[in-house]
Amino acid sequence: MGKKLFTAAAAFVTAALALGGCSSSSSDTGGSADDGPVTLSYAIWDAKQEATLRKIADEFTKANPNIKVDIQVTPTTNDGYQTKLRTAATAGNAPDVFWLNGPNFQFFASNGQLLPLSDQNAADAAKWPSALKELYSYEGKQYGVPKDFDTVGLWFNKKMFDAAGVKYPDDTWTWQTFTDAAKKLSDPAKGTFGVAALLTGQENYYDTILQAGGSVISADGKKSGFDDPASIEGLKIWTDLIKNGASPSQAAMTDTHPVTMFMSEKIAMYWGGSWNAAEFNKNPAIKDIVDVAVLPQGKQRATVIHGLGNVVYAKTKYPKQATKFANFLGSETAAKIQAETGTVIPAYDGLTETWVKSMPQFNLKAYIDELAYAKPYPISKNAAVWNKMETDILTAAWAGTTPIDEAAKKLAADMNAALAKEK
Amino acid sequence: MIAPLVTGLAVFYLWPVFQTGYYSFTTWGPFGGSEFTGLANYVALFEDDELLRAVKNTLVYSAIVVAGIPLAIVVAALLNQRNLRGVGVYRALYFLPVVTMPAAIAMVWKWLYNGDHGLINHVLSFVGIPGQNWASDSRFALYAIAVIAVWMTVGYNMVIFLAGLQAIPKELYEAAEIDGASKIRQFRSITLPLLTPSIFFVAVLTVIASLQAFDVLYMILGPTNPATVESRTIVYLFYEKAFMENDKGAAAAMACVLLVFMMAITAVQFRLQKRWVHYV
Repeated sequence: MGKKLFTAAAAFVTAALALGGCSSSSSDTGGSADDGPVTLSYAIWDAKQEATLRKIADEFTKANPNIKVDIQVTPTTNDGYQTKLRTAATAGNAPDVFWLNGPNFQFFASNGQLLPLSDQNAADAAKWPSALKELYSYEGKQYGVPKDFDTVGLWFNKKMFDAAGVKYPDDTWTWQTFTDAAKKLSDPAKGTFGVAALLTGQENYYDTILQAGGSVISADGKKSGFDDPASIEGLKIWTDLIKNGASPSQAAMTDTHPVTMFMSEKIAMYWGGSWNAAEFNKNPAIKDIVDVAVLPQGKQRATVIHGLGNVVYAKTKYPKQATKFANFLGSETAAKIQAETGTVIPAYDGLTETWVKSMPQFNLKAYIDELAYAKPYPISKNAAVWNKMETDILTAAWAGTTPIDEAAKKLAADMNAALAKEK
Repeated sequence: MIAPLVTGLAVFYLWPVFQTGYYSFTTWGPFGGSEFTGLANYVALFEDDELLRAVKNTLVYSAIVVAGIPLAIVVAALLNQRNLRGVGVYRALYFLPVVTMPAAIAMVWKWLYNGDHGLINHVLSFVGIPGQNWASDSRFALYAIAVIAVWMTVGYNMVIFLAGLQAIPKELYEAAEIDGASKIRQFRSITLPLLTPSIFFVAVLTVIASLQAFDVLYMILGPTNPATVESRTIVYLFYEKAFMENDKGAAAAMACVLLVFMMAITAVQFRLQKRWVHYV
């Protein structure tokens, strides 16, 4: 009896192992054959772009019937996208093609997680803006296909401006005009605010730091700029807005995301990236009452320019097909779809006008005008480490528990220690 | 007969335990690959003030959840009346949070706790209490989340207490009634003492579960929440180390510390049971 049971159990375990083996090998089929049907996984983090990318992927499958694309969306909430991606890559299981941004690119490239691009279409590659090409190259090799680029603009609610009797923002605005307007537009009794001091680099404090003449990181990428008095000025404009009641508190902005507040007319101004335009355009409640202008100027005019890249995983089972798809994402066809749908400004020379015209009721030209004084997004070899420090340390300053100059100095010290560890 | 179970346990529980023990002495590279660094992770861990705060938070959180056990006893006693109309519906309602995904629960409670348009602040405004950002103010967040945990565990504990209540012989109550004992006296002198084995079981499980509190905390807090730094539990810290900072070795060390900590508390509970648990 006992022996019989043992045999049965052993058989069960063997079966389980065999079945387990089966399921993992089935996904391998076609890996060796170049022309067999394959399905590539393509990881992105912005659900609002999924429909557009689906359209592009379908175009690609039309031209290459054997290659299908499975788009996987993981939101960036709580750092979810990066956490999942890095964990999958550690296990040797990252998606075949995926999005990366500037602060994370060099970390993946320098650790051999990305496949250098090959078989690029020279005509397409010539149209990629050189600053973005450089952003996604490492040690002389091109690893990423520039997907889009973005600058930051000042969105405003015309209805709320009219009600408060404030003139709409334009290119004459300075920090003074901006903060005065923010205070005037706030009405604590109604729970409305002039602006939201969202705790984020690209859309808020990176821009103001540059406008104040400061820097986030030195040009050689070895020293933090957060303790520069000018940089502290750029951070202080935001904490002051919270202190004056011209912006919701950090706790309130945690409970409800400022972009939601802007779309529900709780805040009159919002510093938004060019990728926000499509979202506002799709919202019938605010579509006709909001518009965008260039950012106000501090000591100088400035905004951060950044763009995403499509990269290929080094250990992909289908290097040939994945590279083909990545190159297609950098083609004129793909760029045109992104521009015409207004999704993002494609990283492809000559198509910015198409994007500007895609939503004629907005002054999208403001985003393009800013290119004249846009500065590159601050990165280093392992920027994610000090990006996390920014969030951890600045959250306390935004909440008002640490004075901003103290927080900035601590951040600079911690960041310098992290930069020293980068090899 | 137990071979499949033992194999499963060995492969999915015991082996990872030993593996984690080993990893706690290693330092990991960015995308895998590890080298042996001895006690370095433990030294760094005990030098970090964050761990102390996380231990304190975890204990406060667990204490609140354990304090919710009497609530489950009361609910079970109320729902133990066979002649109550719709008793099955009530039991199902109390059990519902147990079978609901923690992520969904967190989303709903996040809305209830919302400072601007949350239901709780709305209700409080009727009695003139000013609204608060319950889930994003470091004065309240940990307690607010512990309340969710109490709400989530009442149903599960209730089921165990119901079973315990139904195992108490009817004759004892009949005898007490003849002696003229009131309902409350009966509850105190018969129900509670004979329910102590169930209470002990529930207490041990609740402590272990709440020492591992993570999912709802993670969903409600998050990196830019001003309450996060002061409300992190041990497992929250572990997750940050293991997956956000990619420091798997340090995270493994933390997991080992938590394991020892949990074993110690459980051992104390078992030692103390002789004093108050009555087995029939």
